[in-house]
Amino acid sequence: MMKKFICSVVGIVLSSGFAMADDVKIGILMGFTGPIESLAPDIAAGGELAISEVSDSGMLLGGHSVVAVRGDSTCVDAAAATAAAERLVTSDGVAAINGANCSGVTTAVLNNVVLPNGIVMISPSATTPALSTAEDNGLFFRTAPSDARQGQVMANILGSRGITSVAVTYTNNDYGKGLADSFQSAYSGAGGEITTSVSHEDGKADYSAEVATLASAGGEVLVVIGYLDQGGKGVIQASLDNGAFEAFMLPDGMVGESLTDAFGTDINGSFGTRPGTDSPGATMLSDLAGSSFKASGPYAGESYDASALILLAMQSAGSTNSADFKSHVEKVANAPGEKIYPGELAKALKILADGGEIDYVGASAVELIGPGESSGSYFEVEVKKGTFEKVANH
Amino acid sequence: MDFLNAIVLFCNFVLVPATTYGAQLALGALGITVIYRILRFANFAHSELMSWGAMLTLFMTWYLQSVGIHAGPLPTALLALPVGILGAIAMALTTERTVYRFYRKQRASSITFAIVSVGVMFVMAGLTRFMIGPGEQVMADGQRFLIKAVEFKRMTGLDEGLAIKTTQVITIAAAIAMAGFLFWFLYRTRSGKAMRAFSDNEDLALLSGINPDRIVAIAWILAAILATLSGTLYGLDKSYKPFVFMQLLLPIFASAIVGGIGQPVGAILGGFVIAYSEVLLTYAYRKFVTYLAPGDWKPEGLLQLLSTDYKFAISFIILVIVLLIRPTGIIRGKLL
Repeated sequence: MMKKFICSVVGIVLSSGFAMADDVKIGILMGFTGPIESLAPDIAAGGELAISEVSDSGMLLGGHSVVAVRGDSTCVDAAAATAAAERLVTSDGVAAINGANCSGVTTAVLNNVVLPNGIVMISPSATTPALSTAEDNGLFFRTAPSDARQGQVMANILGSRGITSVAVTYTNNDYGKGLADSFQSAYSGAGGEITTSVSHEDGKADYSAEVATLASAGGEVLVVIGYLDQGGKGVIQASLDNGAFEAFMLPDGMVGESLTDAFGTDINGSFGTRPGTDSPGATMLSDLAGSSFKASGPYAGESYDASALILLAMQSAGSTNSADFKSHVEKVANAPGEKIYPGELAKALKILADGGEIDYVGASAVELIGPGESSGSYFEVEVKKGTFEKVANH
Repeated sequence: MDFLNAIVLFCNFVLVPATTYGAQLALGALGITVIYRILRFANFAHSELMSWGAMLTLFMTWYLQSVGIHAGPLPTALLALPVGILGAIAMALTTERTVYRFYRKQRASSITFAIVSVGVMFVMAGLTRFMIGPGEQVMADGQRFLIKAVEFKRMTGLDEGLAIKTTQVITIAAAIAMAGFLFWFLYRTRSGKAMRAFSDNEDLALLSGINPDRIVAIAWILAAILATLSGTLYGLDKSYKPFVFMQLLLPIFASAIVGGIGQPVGAILGGFVIAYSEVLLTYAYRKFVTYLAPGDWKPEGLLQLLSTDYKFAISFIILVIVLLIRPTGIIRGKLL
């Protein structure tokens, strides 16, 4: 018994320490505790799936194995997230980080750990537009689109429908305010008129006062940036009741069956945006994950893609040093090259090793634009006969 | 034509919603006032009693709908009301027996009563959420509109529509009927007269053989009827959500105090003062002025005095002003 115990202890020590001297370590910095703790396990599992896939292939830089090291970014506590990231970099010696989860802590980790240490970080889920302009020395990327992108898509849709004047109402929190701001700048920039922008609080029974203000300002459609089971629904109800607006523009938080269940054909002709893609990558990841985790969960696919991009960039650069491979992230993510879907990482590694080019598509149809963030794929949906229908891709 | 448009616009966005809201507040404030007059304390649990009564009405409504009983164009909830009222009366009398009576026998001060009622409020709120859940429920069925905005536009040829919901008409009618009933009861019946005597001078009333337990019970029954009615009407007009009744507490109290607490006429008056102030001060008059102004002149801004975010602050401000300048309220009531 004792013998076995000692053997296993020695085994563990060996396997975690010495035996892996030339292993590549990737930090998985997710909000395992805090407000998104229910989502974090799937996001982390997505990232780790890509890592084990690459490791098992034995083709990274001539046969390095890859190990994932977890850290807790807490989603809300910047100091704790910074400490966790610091530990990953200095004590565990990770080559790059897949994380962090929420916009606030991601910014903190970027400033306090990523920049001083010169480590590449790819976030699967931070969406604040502020990160697009943050100083990052080319080290920070994200596979999630910025909300600025959605604002742009919304402005484009309105433009293509020839709507030149809208009223805006947004739910009074970071999401609502952020998206409302980015939409406003995109739409005004394209020459559209925003008659007024009124915030609404969730959880009230009556939104007739807010709607009265919006109606007085006027506009062809009402842009409702909110939640479909909360204030957003109340605003639409009040607008329909007193005939203030008949058509609505509905961004991601408002598109769902419960809205059409509630209003049915009353909101025919309303339209909106929903994140998503026709790319087969998402289903391929689900098949790959099987029952081990929920690959269709929010940002699990983006996390798989973040890990994959890190490792493919290393292969492309022929180095695990961030300073060397940071410029290769966009190269492997975008065209030209062979399209790579989840489960095909071994093939991608081989192409890169042979000097070929790849265009990583992955689970979330990655296309990195501007400051190294996902361009974001959105469906344009429209309510027809009381149900949401896809009408276009953006 | 522009003048008519302005009037219709004003009716649609200010007059009709404010009058409905005023009627809802008035019914709530009547309940507060009845308890204050007899038991001399501010009953913070009143809004949760509204929620409780409305919830029971909702349960009964679902039952009636499931067996296929409908009230035609009217909401089914009206048929279910008696059940809700009985349940609310049972709840009110139970709290009176188990909680308030203890403090009444001890002749506790009114501030003690008020704090006790806060405790009762939390228990009732928890019970309600436990039974129906915190989510939003739709109460209204039947014919939703008396006049639809679109139909009104087509009928009159005006640019502005006027929408009147069935529930709005029911609310105002019920408020008038209930206020009438309350006055008849307080001033014409023997029990009502006994209640008024008890509230004017408790000792003298006891000497003339009035049973205090009976008076108190009647006061709770009246409060429960008013609470269920106002809770159900509010739920019909907006939607039923357990959390919003706590938010209603402030404007209801403001209505009762502004009108003069303990005065039924004051409660009704106060309800409309608060409702009209909230709506009139937060409405954006841009379109209204555009219709009335000569030519094509258009005001630059929205002409909005206060953002709608400050709606509840208005009840606070009116409350403070009234307590500073005329603490007894518009119609001289008792001091809090």
